[in-house]
Amino acid sequence: MIRLEKRPTPSRFWTWSTPVLAVLLTMIAGGLMFAALGKNPFIAIKTIFYDPILGEFAFYYRGQLLVKAGPLILIAVGLAMGFRAGIWNIGAEGQYIIGAICGAAVGLAFYPAESWIIFPLMIVAGALGGLLWAMIPAILKVRFKTNEILVSLLLVYVAEQLLAAMALGPLRNPEASGFPGSRNLQQYPSAANTEIIPGTGMHWGVAAALIAVVFAYVLLSRHLTGFHIRLAGQSPRAARFGGVNPTALVVFCMGVSGALAGMAGMFEVSGPAGQISIDFNSGYGFTAIIVAFLGRLHPIGILMAGLLMALTYIGGEAAQATMQIPAAAIQAFQGMLLFFLLGLDVLSNYRFRLPREGVA
Amino acid sequence: MNIKALLAGTALALGLAGAAVAQDKTKVGFIFVGPIGDGGWTYEHNEGRLAVEEHFGDAVETVYQESVPEGADAERAMTQMALGGADIIFTTSFGYMDPTINVAAKFPDVKFEHATGFKRADNVSTYSARFYEGRAVQGHIAGKMTKTNKIGYIGSYPIPEVIRGINSAYIHAKKVNPDVEFSVIWAYTWFDPAKEADAAKALIEQGADVILQHTDSTAPQAAAQEAGDVITFGQASDMAEYAPMPRVSSIIDNWAPYYIDRVQAVIDGTWESMDTWDGIGPGMVEIGEITDAVPAEVKAEAEALRDAIAAGEYHPFTGPLNKQDGSAWLAEGEVADDGTLAGMNFYVEGLTGEIPQ
Repeated sequence: MIRLEKRPTPSRFWTWSTPVLAVLLTMIAGGLMFAALGKNPFIAIKTIFYDPILGEFAFYYRGQLLVKAGPLILIAVGLAMGFRAGIWNIGAEGQYIIGAICGAAVGLAFYPAESWIIFPLMIVAGALGGLLWAMIPAILKVRFKTNEILVSLLLVYVAEQLLAAMALGPLRNPEASGFPGSRNLQQYPSAANTEIIPGTGMHWGVAAALIAVVFAYVLLSRHLTGFHIRLAGQSPRAARFGGVNPTALVVFCMGVSGALAGMAGMFEVSGPAGQISIDFNSGYGFTAIIVAFLGRLHPIGILMAGLLMALTYIGGEAAQATMQIPAAAIQAFQGMLLFFLLGLDVLSNYRFRLPREGVA
Repeated sequence: MNIKALLAGTALALGLAGAAVAQDKTKVGFIFVGPIGDGGWTYEHNEGRLAVEEHFGDAVETVYQESVPEGADAERAMTQMALGGADIIFTTSFGYMDPTINVAAKFPDVKFEHATGFKRADNVSTYSARFYEGRAVQGHIAGKMTKTNKIGYIGSYPIPEVIRGINSAYIHAKKVNPDVEFSVIWAYTWFDPAKEADAAKALIEQGADVILQHTDSTAPQAAAQEAGDVITFGQASDMAEYAPMPRVSSIIDNWAPYYIDRVQAVIDGTWESMDTWDGIGPGMVEIGEITDAVPAEVKAEAEALRDAIAAGEYHPFTGPLNKQDGSAWLAEGEVADDGTLAGMNFYVEGLTGEIPQ
């Protein structure tokens, strides 16, 4: 019998090579699934992983990769900080929604005035909105010891209702003859989140995501707060003796992740989405949780994981559109990726032991 | 960096030019909001797509993408199709309105057809069906059939199209049953079997024995079947698998003739931007078979109503009608104009509850 033996510390080699292995296994298992659906697996895998980057229409898809990866990375970087400290903010989707509402509301309040100050104010409002929404579970946790997983998750549904109410009520476009949804911010120059370099997909939210990666990296590796976060995650007892203030840590981690999620929502509503609509949110806040783990809760890892996740979305859509692969099969394909990654984690934390021959 | 931007711009222009090059086959694209197997709205649009394939055979190639969220993702899906060489793209949900306009502006040589919206451009047409005509027939049957006088209505979004349906159904239920009451639950989704089932169950628990739905799945039918003694109507598609009970009739969207027509226009080079809003008469809206669960005389009345609407003898919104707040809307014999109907954002008198604002 093969035995599993726990490693004293997780293997560095396997920690970084399992994602690659997981992608390869996903390609094989996904290829089998596509073949079972009667599609050519090689073309399908090429359409998903190769075409968006180097294919015929890559000039368009590359930009879309950034558009899709930007909010995922921005949210995941914040979440990872909390996850490392054992603080589980599952409600980034809600903070994303509130950030979008606050950002859009500030922009629309100025309509139709034009000024350079409007967009920066919207960014601040978006971040503040997300931060305050995250403070609800944070304060309930430190004050009343409620479970932040449940509270933050349930607040997503509250935020969704609020979003619908905003799209139908206060933020509705008065010139839309009764149709729900706000004015289109893309058509309001002072409030539009434009591409910094036209045609590249590189909008301000993508830039913010890259800045967040750098800051998170510095914070985690060079700053005392980063040390406290890592300590609290690895050994809560040691952290307490080490002078870590658990209350401050909860508030900090929830606040940062909420603010980043709120900013992501604001960049999305003023950019790619353009308007507050009833179902403006499309699950970035939840997908970012996957991205955070796929990236090993490490800022650089998250950057790569976000791009990879975006690739499966963009490539998956391309495979749907050109090969008529069902949407559900693409979702199953993405599910396989997470499944293999988590399954292979066993290699980082355990090692296989073959029984020695000849032992009685 | 400037060179990069220039290259990207040139590449985009080349791509557009490439997409515009005439091919031997006409490529027809469809963007769907739900899965093609939803059994309702998207299912019928896909039937229309299949009819196009059958009609034109090798002269056309169709592509589709299902379950496309309304918003930024829709824009990408449409761009993908246009880049892939589509000559005409049907975008089949209300929420695709702005994305359709945005993408159409970038691809002036590709024709776009947006379902149920109101924004048009030189290369964007809109089309919709007068579902409210079918709702009148449903309302009539519902008013006659209910024993509890409580009719449940699962709304999707409080947009004019849905509000028109509620009003039309209510007016005709009330006409044959003055005691009838409507309760509306807003599901805020077009397709979510779990939410739709919950809504149906809640309405049934409140005493409703007729469930009308403006959502696309068959989940409310299943919930009604489980409860027993509750009747429903197929929505967008016949949903005949639930006949004769709970599904006693249905509104069927028949997009095939329109799709064939428009694709033909693209092939002939006669395509022009226009707004189409057809009902029972031209066959865009069909009333599914009324089952034996409905008494023969009610069935005869409902069919007479259907035929009168089809012949243009009767308009479902004919005065005297007041708005919910009691203010006058249509005088005796007056008929609602299309403009008011297209932007309808009020309930008629007698309906309780508020439209979420």
